[in-house]
Amino acid sequence: MASFKPTKIQVYPKLGEKVTQDTLYWKNYKAPVQIKEFGAITSIDFSPVAPHNFAVTAFTRIHIYGPFSQEPVKTLTRFKDTAYCGRFRSDGQLLVAGCEDSVVRLFDVSGKAALRMFRGHTKAVHVTDFTSDRYQILTGSDDYTCRLWDIPNATELNSYREHTDYVRCGVTSKLNRDLFITGSYDHTLKLFDARADKSVMTMDHGQPVESLLLYPSEGLLVSAGGRHVKVWDLLKGGQPLVSMKNHHKTVTCLCLSSNGQRLLSASLDRHVKVYNTTNYKVVHNFDYAASILSLALAPNDESIVAGMTNSILSIKHRKSPEESAEVSGQQRRTPSYRVFVKGKNYAPKQDDYLVSKPVKQHLAKYDKQLRTFNVSNSLDTALATWTRLRKPEITVAVIKELDRRGTLKNALAGRDEQWLARLLNFLIGNLVDPRFAAVLAPAAEMILDVYRRVVGQSPLVDRQLLRLQELLEREIDYQQDLLEVLGMLDTLFASSLPRLEVPHPGTSRANGLGAVTSKKR
Amino acid sequence: MVEHGDIRVVHRGGSKINSREPVVTNDSRFLLCASGERVKVFSTSTEECVHDLRGHTDLVTGVLLRPTNHLQVYSCSVDGTVRLWDFTDGILIKTYDIGYPVYAIYASANHEGVFFIVTPTQSDNRSELFQLVAVHLPQSGDQLVEAQELSAVLSNVSSNPAATGFGRGGEYIASAKGLHLEVYFFKKQKSYRFSLKEDNKKGGKNTLMCIACHPKDDCIATGHEDGKIRLWRNFNHKKEYTYTTLHWHHNAVSSLRFTPEGTNLLSGGLESVLVQWRYNQESERDFLPRLGSAITHIAVSPDGTLFCTSHSDNKITIIQSCVKVSAVIQGLVNGESVRTDLMVDPRSKSLVLNGKPGHLQFYSLQRDKLLYNLDIVQQEYIHELGLQQFEVVKVAFDAPGNWMATVEERKPKAAEPEINLKLWAFDEQTQSFVLNTTVSAPHEAQITSMCFSQAADGQTSMLVSASEDGHFKAWQLPRSACTEDEGPSWSCDFVGDYRGLAPQCCCFSADGSLLAVSFQEVVTVWSPASWELLTTLSQPPKAIRDLCFGRLGCSKYLMGTTASNLLCCWNLLTCSLEWSTSMDVSLLLSDPLTENMAAFCCQAESTDLFVFKPSEPRPVASLKAVCSGKVTRAVFAPREEMLESCEESSQWLNRSQLYFLTQHMDLMTFTTKAEEDRLAASSKQLFIDDSVAMTPFYLLLGKHRKQENQDSLTRLSAELMPLPRGSLAIKELLQSPAHVLPSTSVLCSMFVESLLVSVADGSEESKHAEEEMESEKEEEDSEGEMESRTPRPEPASPGLQSAESAAPALTKAQLKELRRVKKLDHGWLADLLLS
Repeated sequence: MASFKPTKIQVYPKLGEKVTQDTLYWKNYKAPVQIKEFGAITSIDFSPVAPHNFAVTAFTRIHIYGPFSQEPVKTLTRFKDTAYCGRFRSDGQLLVAGCEDSVVRLFDVSGKAALRMFRGHTKAVHVTDFTSDRYQILTGSDDYTCRLWDIPNATELNSYREHTDYVRCGVTSKLNRDLFITGSYDHTLKLFDARADKSVMTMDHGQPVESLLLYPSEGLLVSAGGRHVKVWDLLKGGQPLVSMKNHHKTVTCLCLSSNGQRLLSASLDRHVKVYNTTNYKVVHNFDYAASILSLALAPNDESIVAGMTNSILSIKHRKSPEESAEVSGQQRRTPSYRVFVKGKNYAPKQDDYLVSKPVKQHLAKYDKQLRTFNVSNSLDTALATWTRLRKPEITVAVIKELDRRGTLKNALAGRDEQWLARLLNFLIGNLVDPRFAAVLAPAAEMILDVYRRVVGQSPLVDRQLLRLQELLEREIDYQQDLLEVLGMLDTLFASSLPRLEVPHPGTSRANGLGAVTSKKR
Repeated sequence: MVEHGDIRVVHRGGSKINSREPVVTNDSRFLLCASGERVKVFSTSTEECVHDLRGHTDLVTGVLLRPTNHLQVYSCSVDGTVRLWDFTDGILIKTYDIGYPVYAIYASANHEGVFFIVTPTQSDNRSELFQLVAVHLPQSGDQLVEAQELSAVLSNVSSNPAATGFGRGGEYIASAKGLHLEVYFFKKQKSYRFSLKEDNKKGGKNTLMCIACHPKDDCIATGHEDGKIRLWRNFNHKKEYTYTTLHWHHNAVSSLRFTPEGTNLLSGGLESVLVQWRYNQESERDFLPRLGSAITHIAVSPDGTLFCTSHSDNKITIIQSCVKVSAVIQGLVNGESVRTDLMVDPRSKSLVLNGKPGHLQFYSLQRDKLLYNLDIVQQEYIHELGLQQFEVVKVAFDAPGNWMATVEERKPKAAEPEINLKLWAFDEQTQSFVLNTTVSAPHEAQITSMCFSQAADGQTSMLVSASEDGHFKAWQLPRSACTEDEGPSWSCDFVGDYRGLAPQCCCFSADGSLLAVSFQEVVTVWSPASWELLTTLSQPPKAIRDLCFGRLGCSKYLMGTTASNLLCCWNLLTCSLEWSTSMDVSLLLSDPLTENMAAFCCQAESTDLFVFKPSEPRPVASLKAVCSGKVTRAVFAPREEMLESCEESSQWLNRSQLYFLTQHMDLMTFTTKAEEDRLAASSKQLFIDDSVAMTPFYLLLGKHRKQENQDSLTRLSAELMPLPRGSLAIKELLQSPAHVLPSTSVLCSMFVESLLVSVADGSEESKHAEEEMESEKEEEDSEGEMESRTPRPEPASPGLQSAESAAPALTKAQLKELRRVKKLDHGWLADLLLS
């Protein structure tokens, strides 16, 4: 006596992205906190010291937020015009910012008024940064110059006029106090040494450079400009290493994850891409609501902060381990371990008489009904709302099984208006799915055969039938278009193939049309 | 069978065991069933075949326990004889010569000295009319008895044995044919006839299929074609008979049986559900569903504990008290047609072919036993007439046996055929195939041919499937692209076609470097490495039927047969036709172990076999008229041990054996004389008594039995030899009833002693005569002891006794000489006899 073989649910290959370690890591963030600022957010900078506050530069203000606060801890408002590039010093005490009015201001993080004002640029200053010795400031301006300033005296130490367009990005070396790199809209990156008067290295990015990033080891430099992100090897004299073109609008911001394994690039196309820094392949992708101008990662990737053109600041905090565990715990509320173990680990003693119990075969409800030949009921079960919407493959498998048993017509016949509408709804949703079409098309034909006489009696069913008709007409048009394209491609391929002596070997490698491969689990 | 010198065509296994109702013996230990020309005795507990009662020269049509002696059994056959056997020893006791073909046999305890048989009315075999005849057994001591006293009881009965049955206490006999039920009362010597209408109103068919009579009550149950069961009562009146109708089956009831006490009625049919009806409470039913396939016969053991059901897939199921299937005796499943080719599993060397619906069967050729059925379709089989089911149509194995590919197909009415290609990996742990990949709809039309790349060392196997949709596809197992959670799965690597023609056959060369695909009359040769079309070979005007690459030294040749009766051999080095000959080859296949190829040619209703090497058009061996009809399935199976035949005509059988299926689905093979002799010699040695369960004690006994066998050889030289001491003592212990034995404390020491290896057994030539003398004395002493302790006389085997009495009295010196001879090592003699 063989046991009942349950209905086989076809396992279809999963389309779309695969779950990797990266997707798990980058999805493990809470829903974003969104804060409305006064204008486009051009810069975000995290304080390098403990509470890791971050400065958000937007319009004429710089707001400093605490790691978990949604209200600014501090606001710096002493700007006459739009502020740019608020940066913390490495001790987190001072903050420098450029301004549209060409004045560079230095603030104490605890105070309100500017400690120093550096005047000398003639146009808006978009780039400011502290050098690694903490006593100097690097600025870059739209007047094509970049300058070094001394903080204690507020005097200009040096000025470099090598760029031929706006200087819009720059970065100082964290290891050497004299080295800094600037990028400009003249498509070049220049490496300066404060000890020399001229640039020591020039690299051509090819597009106006929007953002620069130095690796912690400072051997590699990443530049973003246009749609390209390029990596340069500084130790090899600025040799280009990789060029990546994964965005379809200008890349505005670059950022490195805390362990240095992942590179993030944000773009005006509203995407943030995560690259693996060993092979520079995109491993993950975030979407945002608007074009992103600035992006920063908190130390240890505790939060991702993105500023957008629609003046929204989006802060995503990483889920704590308890929280991520809690979520899965809520989903699967299982009885305690003891309940399952109860009596199972009892070892029979020597004199005990063992009564063996046959192992009960677990069957799904529709299988139980199929076993007793209740075909209509099993179709009802398979069309239950949850199954129909979440697991259409089960519904389709049951329909297929009924068809194989030759009882599909019996199961479909004799239904009321509501049920028929539900079934037609399911057909409309899944008929054109290539995975299900082979099963559902004959079933749809059968439904039309069975209910041909009652067409026109119920407005609900008639409406659904009309929708079905529309859907099929549209699908036929698509198929025709696709066949035309296929024909065109075939002629292209045929003309590109080298002529062989043997007459006309029609070959096409691995197109495998119509073959659905599935993996047994 | 046709003889050709020393090569003979013989039947190999797989005869039907479900043709007639099986019989369970009174003690429920054995099951007897008719199997082809023999009666097989199976053990109900171990499922092994214990005896094979051979003697009939034609199909056995009935088996029946002798009512007066439950250790004897009658069997009847189409050859016109009824034979009486002792089934415990497998001995033919008597043969009754009837003179007419016998189709069924019945007997009743109340009719002593008479049995009833069904024979054709006219003496010629072709007649459609049958009669029930009573045969009075002549009292004679002879082996062969001619039964003369025949008297007709009923005329115009059905030849189906299930359609006739004895009633309560043998008072009447009931027989059904067509729409009529006839009951004959022996006392009144009168028969009554009841008829049913041809069709009832609902369109059901009333034809009677089977019959069963209640053992204690006047009641006859009949099963009908529309699935109804009627219980007839009051049938000793012509007019006032009544019947009640039971209906559960939706197809014809094929078998009915009452339990011995008459409390239950069992019925079975196509649904493969055993239904148990309570007698007089028919609304209460018990079901035993999913028995595998349609039930053809039901048998109940005389004590009512065991039910046996025969099934249409050549299977007998033994059921304990209608709840538990306790044993399954499975023969080679003979489907209506073998859609898959015959295949040989490279690992187990078993024959693989279609089995139960949706299954593949693995049949061991050496042991003539079904190893297992592999479920390919993995769907619930719906037992319903006229339903289109999935069928396994193609199977292929790769050379090391790691992968198996199967194609299953279902053709619904007025719809596209459903095709699934499945790839199975061999699992070392479970020693079975495990599903790896399912490809649904691999092709748009029927798959015509499928083969694996033959490269033995290459780890990446490749499968090529050719289909009527005009494409052939190559499937490959990617090695790199396996993720963590799941192993690698097969995917399509290449799709090829040639001028829009439908490919017919495909074949890989021996080293896997070439693929030949035939498109009608053109053979295309491809390189699987680059998928380039290398060359085309053609031989118009007719399509290619079969393709085959040569092996080993002949691997440069490609053989093909065309529909225009041409056998062609192409040389692939010169790309030209090497030779061709005109013969109607129905099947061409190559031996994987040698260069030989076999071609079955159909000529004038019979098939000839030619064995040749591709390098020369002269056959190595040819056998005329191998069998009647066309041979379409055959396979070379490698031998377990090589034969060493020197004769040229039988050398091709040295490394592998050729099996083929005839039109009537009989599995045949070729044997040589030497092989048969060897088989006969080895069968003499085999002696299995499977009636004893495998207990530790049995194992112990078995050892002694073996010793006994070896000794039987030495007996040739030394006639006078006592049985080994141990086995005798144990036999003694086992055979004597408990109440005549002395107390266990007395027996214990003797029993333990008997288990030890006796000193005398360790016979070594270096031993001195004095020691021998001593041991002799000991032996005599112990035997004397035994006799004194057991009150019963020693039951020595009759053969031995006669030998003893026949031997002349010997002097003491002669006796001593004989003992010495016996002590000598006779192993070399046994070897000599064996070889």
